[in-house]
Amino acid sequence: MKEEMERGLQNFKEEAREHLAALENTLLELEESPDDSELIDSAFRSMHTLKGLSSMFGFDVIASFTHQIETVYERVRLKEIEVTKELIASTLSAHDQIRTMLESQDEGEGADKDVTDKILEAFKHMIPEHQSSSSETEFPPSSGEPEFSLATEPESPRGEKNTYRIRIFPNAEIFVNGIDPIPLLNELREFGKCQVIAQTKFLPGLEEIDPEKCYTYWDVILTTEQDSNAIRDVFIFVENDCELNIETIELDEDHLNEGSTQKRLGKILIERGDIKAEDLDQILASQQPLGKILENAGLVNPGQIQAALAEQEHAKEVQEQRQSAEPVSSIRVTSEKLDTLIDLVGELVTIQARLSQFSTNKNDPDLISIAEEVESLTSELRDNTISVRMLALGTTFNKFRRLVRDLSKELGKEVVMTTEGAETDLDKSVIEQLNDPLVHIVRNCIDHGIEQPEDRIAAGKPRKGTIHLSATHLGASVLIRIRDDGGGLNSESIRTKALERGIIAQDEKLSEKEIFQLVFSSGFSTAKNVTNVSGRGVGLDVVKRAIDALRGSVDITSKPGEGTEITLKLPLTLAIIEGLLVKISSEKYIIPLSIVRECVELTREDVAQTHGRHVANVRGTIVPYVLLREQFEIKGEPPDIEQVVVVEINHQNTGIVVDGVIGEHQTVIKPLGRLYKNVDGISGATILGDGSVALILDVNQLLSTVEIEELRMVS
Amino acid sequence: MDKKKITESTQFLTFKLGDEIFALEISTVREVLEFTTVTRVPQTPKDMQGVINLRGHVVPVIDMRLKFGMSEAEKTVNTCVIITEVTIDEEITLLGAMVDSVQEVMELEPDQIEPPPRIGTLLNTEFIQGMGKRDDQFIIILNVNRIFSTEELAIAKDSQDLAEAVDSAV
Repeated sequence: MKEEMERGLQNFKEEAREHLAALENTLLELEESPDDSELIDSAFRSMHTLKGLSSMFGFDVIASFTHQIETVYERVRLKEIEVTKELIASTLSAHDQIRTMLESQDEGEGADKDVTDKILEAFKHMIPEHQSSSSETEFPPSSGEPEFSLATEPESPRGEKNTYRIRIFPNAEIFVNGIDPIPLLNELREFGKCQVIAQTKFLPGLEEIDPEKCYTYWDVILTTEQDSNAIRDVFIFVENDCELNIETIELDEDHLNEGSTQKRLGKILIERGDIKAEDLDQILASQQPLGKILENAGLVNPGQIQAALAEQEHAKEVQEQRQSAEPVSSIRVTSEKLDTLIDLVGELVTIQARLSQFSTNKNDPDLISIAEEVESLTSELRDNTISVRMLALGTTFNKFRRLVRDLSKELGKEVVMTTEGAETDLDKSVIEQLNDPLVHIVRNCIDHGIEQPEDRIAAGKPRKGTIHLSATHLGASVLIRIRDDGGGLNSESIRTKALERGIIAQDEKLSEKEIFQLVFSSGFSTAKNVTNVSGRGVGLDVVKRAIDALRGSVDITSKPGEGTEITLKLPLTLAIIEGLLVKISSEKYIIPLSIVRECVELTREDVAQTHGRHVANVRGTIVPYVLLREQFEIKGEPPDIEQVVVVEINHQNTGIVVDGVIGEHQTVIKPLGRLYKNVDGISGATILGDGSVALILDVNQLLSTVEIEELRMVS
Repeated sequence: MDKKKITESTQFLTFKLGDEIFALEISTVREVLEFTTVTRVPQTPKDMQGVINLRGHVVPVIDMRLKFGMSEAEKTVNTCVIITEVTIDEEITLLGAMVDSVQEVMELEPDQIEPPPRIGTLLNTEFIQGMGKRDDQFIIILNVNRIFSTEELAIAKDSQDLAEAVDSAV
């Protein structure tokens, strides 16, 4: 769990950095062309997303700071405030400040408050009411401020570990003050490799013990990436109740040997030839350990020895670990490298298919056994490579728990989040781009969808609202549904709003579905108040854009009083899929096996019976079919017996008629390249064992194209 | 590269379409393949022959005869596919140009090359980078980037038409 959170935090920081970089670029462009409303929108969106992300990860300082700047930009958007050099400069310094907050160890709390206030003050002056005084205001320069010291503070670079010797010496009265030191120690344990030794030197005899007093103190040896400030922070609330001593232990070679100076002496003597090695060993064997001697002499007690020994042991282990291998939990690899890897594996799969075929034809037992081994290795390699790129959506879903919790609290609502299909895998790059849209949708659900508890009870609904996130595979797509049981959309008020904003014309006739789609248009929002949460109409606009960019689609359904469901349909950009290889004349096509239900024959008689209508009778059920030969205008005559491949799309069975079914095929998806990117019904290509190219059908798109064509013919 | 005039001696790969000789700057040519089977991509303009497998990469092939409005020709042993590197939107893509036959690699001096004439070539002058002249024969030097970027536009337009059709049908 701790690890997961850590990873989440890292991801957040990565993302936030990207958004900051985008913001910076936009601001710089905006400085060149201050009238570009696209740029203003873009800056605004960056801030909006940044705000959402930060509040999700508890960086409330960033969230509230960004919110205030965003408020200013809201007015810039409405052209109430002009884009001036000053505005850009202030925004840039705000940007720098956010970055400082982001990089600080303590969720932005430690960033210099004065700088923050100064920036906000500068912004306040830009709001028209303060316009008069703004001319004299000095704006803080965008960089080089000594206040931004947190980022430059010499903290231990990531990955480099330090070992600390920590002594916690609580006051005897600490229990009386209601402080239990054990959780603090546990918190330390989470920092890294940690050994805690309780010292009982001051523990009195049983009769004298006062159970309300603390007699114990602790020695802790801790190896961590955190710096000493972070350790100190653990004890921030008990600072006055205990003595805290933190020292860094230098873990170099020399130090390791320090504890055994007599050995070095022995070594020197041996080297000088003054004594023999055997003699030394004998002497050393008879010698008592140093600790024992000291203890016997009454200089130290066993507890102290134990602590010192633990330190020595700890140091050794850490040193050994460092020497054996740098502890690596994960590596960041650029996705291009993964793409290349997938390409290579794909080629290997192709070659392996040829090898298997060739060896079977040769009928050479040795060759066959080699081919089989290559086959099993290849498939393992393939699965592994694919799994590297795939991520379960669960991690993405989990990110939202915090958001849901914090947000509902903030708004005084009670919301639970349930998830389904967290194990659904999706390509990493898709998941990465999915995050922003999901944040916006979930925020919208809580802010606009779920009602206040009292309203819910009045409406006869459970007090707690529910947001349900679910993911399922559907053919070559993944469906992600976000459902809330809130108030639902009011088509009338959406319409009115759209009219007000000039998105639609007065006399425009729209179906309910079309009206719902309006919430995705730019500059639309039904929220009455501007809140920290959402409600500037940027949210859903962002969603639409992001999903479009992924070549997916957004759908929204809603029933007043019952809730809203937003469905994202995303293409599953798998690099390799299981496919069914079919042929028409000499052309070969791949149909994704995941959507294939069955294959049935289609004879001339069958066709005659249906009077030329494209429907087949599959065990009593009517299945409409598409003649792929006609659709793709392939020359040649169909054979007497054709095959209908029955596929399931959107819970409906449809047949695709081909000349013959060749069989299953491990399909390595190759892009068709720029020239063919707009071709309907084809999603890619693959290379067959004989080196020829087969096209992969995008059945969903194919069917909707056919549907449209038929509609056109009928009308 | 686009409208740049050729100022120094440059090597060209020449090929034939019908009786005419065309040339491509050698730096844009990656390799020349014998014509093999091409997988046709449905619902695309006729000059877009389809795709071939170039050592694991799927590369589109364009019939240059059809592209330049000539009649379709029988494939012969001489039919070749010239694999070119085309820059579309600052992205390098591989494209195959199917031609009747490949001739030779030759060098032309700047003074042997003239700017494209405005009329008279029966070709879109955008496609022509210059006119080479050798032994009383004209060689049409092509600008690959221009030729193939229009190809993309053609398809994009098709799908746009379809989208409009959808709008009107619904």
